[in-house]
Amino acid sequence: MSAPAEILAESTPEPDYLSVESGIWSWLNTRDHKRIGVMFLATVTAMFLIGGCFALAMRTELLTPNRTIMDAMTYDRMFTLHGVTMVWLFLVPSIPASFGNFLLPLQIGARDLAFPKLNLMSFYTFVLGAVITFGGMMVGGTDTGWTFYAPYADSTPTDVVPVVVGIFILGMSSIFSGINFIATTHLMRARGLRWGNMPLFVWTIYATSVIMVLATPVLGMALALVGLDHALRLGIFDPAVGGDPVLFQHIFWFYSHPAVYIMILPGMGVISEVVTTFAHRRLSSYVAVAVSTLGIAFVGFLTWGHHMFVSGMSTFDAGVFGVMSMFVAIFSAIKVFTWTGTLYRGQILVRTPLIYFFGFLFLFVFGGMTGVALATQSLDVHWTDTYFVVAHFHFVMVGGSVTAFLAAAHLWFPKMFGRVYNERMGMLTATAVFIGFVLTFFPQFLLGNMGMPRRYYSYPPRFQFLHVLSTGGAWLLGGAVLLAIGNLVVALRWGARASANPWHSRGFEWLTPSPPPKHNFPVTPQLDFSPYDYSMTEEEARARAGAR
Amino acid sequence: MHAPELGEQFSDLEHQAAALRFGMWVFVVSEILLFAALFTLYAAYRTMFPSDFRAGVLHNTFAYGTANLFVLLTSGLTAALAVFGARTDRRVFTGVMLSTTAGLGLAFLAIKLTEYGKHIEEGSLPGPWYHYSELPTFGGNRFFTMYWGMTGFHALHLTAGVLVMGWMAVRAFQGRYTARYHVKLEMGSLYWALIDLMWIFLWPILYLS
Repeated sequence: MSAPAEILAESTPEPDYLSVESGIWSWLNTRDHKRIGVMFLATVTAMFLIGGCFALAMRTELLTPNRTIMDAMTYDRMFTLHGVTMVWLFLVPSIPASFGNFLLPLQIGARDLAFPKLNLMSFYTFVLGAVITFGGMMVGGTDTGWTFYAPYADSTPTDVVPVVVGIFILGMSSIFSGINFIATTHLMRARGLRWGNMPLFVWTIYATSVIMVLATPVLGMALALVGLDHALRLGIFDPAVGGDPVLFQHIFWFYSHPAVYIMILPGMGVISEVVTTFAHRRLSSYVAVAVSTLGIAFVGFLTWGHHMFVSGMSTFDAGVFGVMSMFVAIFSAIKVFTWTGTLYRGQILVRTPLIYFFGFLFLFVFGGMTGVALATQSLDVHWTDTYFVVAHFHFVMVGGSVTAFLAAAHLWFPKMFGRVYNERMGMLTATAVFIGFVLTFFPQFLLGNMGMPRRYYSYPPRFQFLHVLSTGGAWLLGGAVLLAIGNLVVALRWGARASANPWHSRGFEWLTPSPPPKHNFPVTPQLDFSPYDYSMTEEEARARAGAR
Repeated sequence: MHAPELGEQFSDLEHQAAALRFGMWVFVVSEILLFAALFTLYAAYRTMFPSDFRAGVLHNTFAYGTANLFVLLTSGLTAALAVFGARTDRRVFTGVMLSTTAGLGLAFLAIKLTEYGKHIEEGSLPGPWYHYSELPTFGGNRFFTMYWGMTGFHALHLTAGVLVMGWMAVRAFQGRYTARYHVKLEMGSLYWALIDLMWIFLWPILYLS
């Protein structure tokens, strides 16, 4: 403990990563994981807002039982645009590519990711894929939904090929990032940092990367084959020439079910960091959260069949897939109880990220419990392809992942940009996001249970009241999200300067100045302690990390 | 002290080599999953059309597939010898081994194209172009669609591999791979082993009955 505490915090021998170089080119050609993370963050946020606009257009159309603002074909294209944008261009890359990229090296005390060039390539691959996917949808007017089910996707007169090619390329970006994150976690940890002391966000990014690397290629193949089917009429999934469309569903969901854990696991990592940071207390069980993360990643590979209960699956198979799916609920419940337990006797600091945490807790548990119900075959047969399913996955994906994404944006904003956002506005928008969300999607559970099918353009007049509620909620949600993001954007320029560690967290990323210098830590840290040890003071933690 | 090939995020070359090697293995696993989707489809369709698939396999020319197996296995040996050459600092030997590997890859492609020519002649083509008169069934169509898909996809990988091997051969002759640092050569060789391995699994399901 010879080095003085200032080494890590006060003195900055190197300028921070934002000001070390200037000019557009220094960003576009950067190898710095922090800058690439920021570029990803800007890109996925733009995608999120665009996808949200499509959702609002759709919800507005559904205000009245028949035509409101668009015709049926436009409506079909609109839900495809919404689904494809939100799933492939926002949710899958959202937290890992932006915050994962930015924080993984900081949280393990590394100077950068293992492969900085590959990281930059992953960004441009993503941009290329996004342009092709988006251009394809806008020009070709794809109307298949985001799932590209065969044989419809084989034969629709609208364009499918550019969209699946684009998503294939996006998948390559996922794989590159996954390889980078896995190698970094294994080989770039600071001296003294054991797996048992790794920040939980790192655990979730690691588990997510494993899923990306193992599942994404299977999706790539499924989509490549559908694209070939559409372009060349190979009939691989076309029953007219002996193909089997159910096989498409199998290989599609072999990726796309684990993909929902790509979307939610990093969110769970964020939530673990939020709850410890704002309760100023170690997690009530670190091991439980780490192990359940790996458990979800593993079991997630064995549950894809629950999307296919009505595709001619035997009762036995459906039972097995149902039970496997319920394991996910057990692992998730372990996490939820650990998070709530962490609040007990904590020194709670109520700030915007914590409001999102409470929202997450309620929405994720609600979404998760309806998931258990849906995993039961007898109930699923009733609810399949209704708004009940739509509400369920929006509770988990929006209520879970998006809430966690916004929590992360507020939690790490001072770290990334060295500024403080307007706290009152942050709390207000966080509350409005929650209310808007519940108002949008809770009525959809009721609609689904009454028999409202998903993806329908028109509906009987007796459903109108709930549809109007849902549309009103959607506009509230959209406005709240826009204000929340606007609040952060304003703070980029006009926010007050943040201190190095405004939340008084013990997380390793906070040991270094905010925003961090180009090589992350002024002195290579030694991390032989827990990032959740609040029995040490901040100064003690800094001194210990800086000790040679 | 700071070698030119050392990235600033690493403490030393060994650390960097370990990371690159590790990353390559993860990539190989990912590639295996890509092929796994095709193998799964093959297995599913073979279960649906067992006799047509058997007829298809019997019809395929055993000699072409097996010749290619030997060509690729030999190239696997030369790719491994190239790594050995780099480890022992033999510049010319390494370059020759890499060129031989690329050459054998081209030989594989030549044999494969000859075989494709035969398929085109008799009409055992994928999907809508299938008009092979001895097996005019859905199952036959499925078999040859899978055959073209799997071998075509393998050939794409192999073509990429030939380019990598050729490029590495040039670098080897320039003396870029030393006993101290040749991890990129190892990575290329590992990729070649993957291509080799794929054929080891494709050969029995497409040519042996």
